[in-house]
Amino acid sequence: MEFFWAFVIGGAICVVGQLMMDIFKLTPAHVTTSFVVIGALLDAFGIYDNLIKFAGAGATVPITSFGHSLLHGAMASADEHGFIGIAIGIFELTSAGISSAILFGFLVAVIFEPKG
Amino acid sequence: MATKEEQQAYAKKIKPIQPKPPYVLNCVKAFLVGGLICLIGQAIQKFYMTYFNFSEETAGNPTVATLILIAALLTGLGVYDKIGQFAGAGSVVPVTGFSNAVTSAALEHKSEGLVLGVATNLFKLAGAVIVFGAVAAYIFGMIRYIFQHVI
Repeated sequence: MEFFWAFVIGGAICVVGQLMMDIFKLTPAHVTTSFVVIGALLDAFGIYDNLIKFAGAGATVPITSFGHSLLHGAMASADEHGFIGIAIGIFELTSAGISSAILFGFLVAVIFEPKG
Repeated sequence: MATKEEQQAYAKKIKPIQPKPPYVLNCVKAFLVGGLICLIGQAIQKFYMTYFNFSEETAGNPTVATLILIAALLTGLGVYDKIGQFAGAGSVVPVTGFSNAVTSAALEHKSEGLVLGVATNLFKLAGAVIVFGAVAAYIFGMIRYIFQHVI
């Protein structure tokens, strides 16, 4: 069942992105940046956690979860260190994503040759 | 240079003769491919939870890292671009699209060298996501902090 909801919710989020691209003629970069901001906004109201509980990877794999993780790390650290904790914790949860994107992106660019 | 009014008038004039995108078909494609990527993510998450003792909350990180690795390799092999042409937003919105943006920007500038080409352009496309995400998280974080602790 968790696989079913991951598929449906993840697919549905992508459909929203596709509609933004087709109807409002947004570039993929504009769609992804909007989604990150929306993800952070949903986490500010505590909605995104419920979505993750419900859909699992259907909510953690789309880029909206990046915004959610940024704010989540910031708030967890703010509880501990006060106001300055926002700055300390902001990249805490997304560290795995960003560092692996840097590492794998760099290695692939070194090993592979550009196509086309 | 055309003035703003002229540009708007031109955009209005060409609108009826521009081809309409096949909305429904594009959405179905995005749904299937995007859903499939999330389904694979769910399977990877399950794998990490079963064999590496990650909890449901912590399993998200290695899952995202694994998907980023897969997408980077597929980009290097030239496969991800083909998926992207078919899937549209279905391959852009998942975190694999972020990885694709990083890797393809780095690959594209490989001829300019490792430092000025690959490393400098690594975040050329994906940087916007990090900038807007961090700024939004800062603003929302401060607002929420003020609501929670001050008021």
